[in-house]
Amino acid sequence: MKVRARDAKEAWKEEFESSPARDDGLETSSISGIPLQPLYTQDDLARREQEYPGQFPYTRGIHPSGYRGRLWTMRQFSGFATAEETNRRYKYLLANGQNGLSVAFDMPTLMGQDSDAPTSRGEVGHCGVAIDSLADMETLFEGIPLGEITTSMTINSPAAILLCMYIAVAEKQGVPASKLGGTLQNDILKEFIAQKEFIFPPAPSMRLVVDSIEYCAREVPKWNTISISGYHIREAGSTAAQELAFTLADGMAYVDACLERGMHIDDFASRLSFFFDAHIDFFEEIAKFRAARRIWARWMRERYGAQQQRSWKLRFHTQTAGVSLTAQQPELNIARTAIEALAAVLGGTQSLHTNAMDEVLALPTDRAARIALRTQQLLAYETGVANTIDPLGGSYFLEALTDEMERQAEAYFKRIEEIGGVIPAIEVGFFQKEIADAAFRYQLELEQKRRIMVGVNDFTVDEEEEIEILRIDPRLESQQSKRVREVRRKRDQAQCTNALNQLRRAAAGNDNLMPYLLDAVRAYATEGEIMQAMIEVFGTYTETAVV
Amino acid sequence: MAKVATKPVRIVVAKVGLDGHDRGVKVVARALRDAGYEVIYTGLRQTPEMVVDAALQEDAQVIGLSIHSGAHMTLFPAVVDELKRRDATDIIVFGGGIIPDDDIAALKKRGVAEIFTPGTPLQDIVDWLRKRFPEETR
Repeated sequence: MKVRARDAKEAWKEEFESSPARDDGLETSSISGIPLQPLYTQDDLARREQEYPGQFPYTRGIHPSGYRGRLWTMRQFSGFATAEETNRRYKYLLANGQNGLSVAFDMPTLMGQDSDAPTSRGEVGHCGVAIDSLADMETLFEGIPLGEITTSMTINSPAAILLCMYIAVAEKQGVPASKLGGTLQNDILKEFIAQKEFIFPPAPSMRLVVDSIEYCAREVPKWNTISISGYHIREAGSTAAQELAFTLADGMAYVDACLERGMHIDDFASRLSFFFDAHIDFFEEIAKFRAARRIWARWMRERYGAQQQRSWKLRFHTQTAGVSLTAQQPELNIARTAIEALAAVLGGTQSLHTNAMDEVLALPTDRAARIALRTQQLLAYETGVANTIDPLGGSYFLEALTDEMERQAEAYFKRIEEIGGVIPAIEVGFFQKEIADAAFRYQLELEQKRRIMVGVNDFTVDEEEEIEILRIDPRLESQQSKRVREVRRKRDQAQCTNALNQLRRAAAGNDNLMPYLLDAVRAYATEGEIMQAMIEVFGTYTETAVV
Repeated sequence: MAKVATKPVRIVVAKVGLDGHDRGVKVVARALRDAGYEVIYTGLRQTPEMVVDAALQEDAQVIGLSIHSGAHMTLFPAVVDELKRRDATDIIVFGGGIIPDDDIAALKKRGVAEIFTPGTPLQDIVDWLRKRFPEETR
């Protein structure tokens, strides 16, 4: 039998090699440049014990029941203009079958500035909702019972402040912090690496992250304290393997920082969550998700000695790839997003955001947002893909690619360790350069038509059809500025000043800053004022730009 | 055939506004450098005043702006206005980013010479510059 199988393979190989190959000049490697064989067979499978979902190392999923137990959470990221308008959009999405909220903040909020700051001009409410103080947060969640939904908040440098605002709104609704569920992005390392929304230098930034993890472990135990993100690394141009490696390396850096604080691994590890990109190279993405679970489980158990199984399980959110979308023939983006979403589901994601077709031009309209959500519902309820757990497990190709992802990630871990760890690697620009090189390489491949983006460098049309886009009313900026000035006027000034002074003192010492931030938030100190108080102690960070 | 060197065109490329999405600006900066231009990248979060300062200090003929936050209608014209205020309207401003078609027309009226949106081949940007500075490249 063995001999006959061998002969068959040889025969196939001969025939393959003598068959004419397409001469379109296109790359046959993955979009990340991993060379691919034309065929994978049993010979490409590593010798491994039979793996089962819900069992270490979780390659096939963290739940023994896969999506049979529970479908993924359909969580559409949204936020724009004012808190009132975004509140209306949330109620619309919840009424349309979405089961979790995900807040997008505008740039001034992400950068810790109030709407009336001079550098906020032109930015207020544009790529998310403007939140200046607890008053805005109250409006944002008006009529939405925080004890019954989960909320994800995409914010980093000022993350702890926004979490405190959420806790304070819940207090006013009569919901104790212990009942709150949700996720704070709070991943400052990938800001230094890729998205660049940093404010403080790395050390105090890490302190704030650890403060919030430590505080939540006690007070907000159902909260995912951090969403360790590869999404932004990938969107900045990295390969799939770089996304995987840099994200998990960041995860380990947070674990190290918490251990240094004196926390026990099993007290916080299960609240760490992850966030990945689902790019257009279908199989490579599925392999990436599977490899991520396997690597994390092994490191948590073997290197960090976590005892509890829940500490070993990598849970993740996925967003389809913004960079894969095109302004040209934008309806094609619906198809791209559907394929990427399918990869996320086959990779076993816990929650998913599908991009709207018009996001390459502006924030999504109601119609585009609904189509994006419906795409997920179509996957969940029409295609049948949720019926079988890890349906591609055992595929010669996919298993080999999963192993390859793991190999490449481990090689990067070694290089990062040689540089001295994640923060030293940030400071010497290691990640930034790796990502910029990969982005440039990909761009050249497009220019040389070794890769095709349909509608961009091939299959173009002369006349582009216009699609409707969402416009932010320019008057919003002055309205929101007026609103924040009103908050400053109406509050108890002495209470606010006192809270900010206490915060400043605490920042200069070693206390956990969360209780101080909560007090400042409750006293209606604005986000900008709170950040300013910390900047006075921590200073700010400027990166050396590398091209 | 090599052209006779006259004076290399100097281009200041800058990220204005608060967003940190620097993939596009870095790719364009490299491509322009590879095409023989002298490129000075300012880094992130530049105000219009800072960009014009850099252009004047570097004796640049061109400013390339990148933005992805949606604040282009405020910040691109602010750079043009700052150039006027500093009596430096000979410096050409072009830009790129997530910019809808209607806005492109409006920005051109406000004095921005050209806007390149996602999907633009790098060669198109280089060709555009060659047309603006036929004598001076390389």
